[in-house]
Amino acid sequence: MNFTLRYFASLRDAAGCAEEQVASAAETPAALYAEAAARHGFTMPLARLRVAVNGAFAHADAALHDGDEVVFLPPVSGG
Amino acid sequence: MFALSESAIDASRLGRGLESPRTGAAIVFEGRVRDHHQGRQVIGLAYEAYAELALAEGSRIIAEARERFAIEQAACVHRVGELSLGETAVWVGVTAAHRDAAFAACRYIIDEVKARVPIWKREHYAEGASEWLHPDA
Repeated sequence: MNFTLRYFASLRDAAGCAEEQVASAAETPAALYAEAAARHGFTMPLARLRVAVNGAFAHADAALHDGDEVVFLPPVSGG
Repeated sequence: MFALSESAIDASRLGRGLESPRTGAAIVFEGRVRDHHQGRQVIGLAYEAYAELALAEGSRIIAEARERFAIEQAACVHRVGELSLGETAVWVGVTAAHRDAAFAACRYIIDEVKARVPIWKREHYAEGASEWLHPDA
């Protein structure tokens, strides 16, 4: 399946890009994050992240579909 | 109303949007850029947002405040981009017939925005470094 991954804040810095297209057999955001973490050397554990799929918060074990946009959100610090 | 702003927040203009003859209490909270964080001297900061989800989650928080508290109006604007010391980073305005609901709703909105809305702060320090803040929950 093909996915669009978007990164923000420290994950964007670590990835060196704000967005990437990936082809992956990952069936869940959790599996996709494990691949991205290995590829980019992310050190932040999945447990500290929230996940969004197609613009809405989603569970890390949700089923992914071809074409999904997946975002891994590090802890927020607005305000 | 929840909005992101790339330019300076105009508090007086936003305040005028809260005027209503039904209002007996108007509470405004402004979060501003502070010159220190955990002992380090801060010279400026930047905010980055996941805009689509920030707008959706911010709007949800405003709607929750309307359900939970007897308020008339509620609005929140959060800056994105580079900010200088003293600038307003986030503005929350709430009106109600009576002050208790206005105070409570204003507090609810700023607390939930800080906890839930996908916006990140990068502080610039006097010694030259810049760091993203990813606080533990």
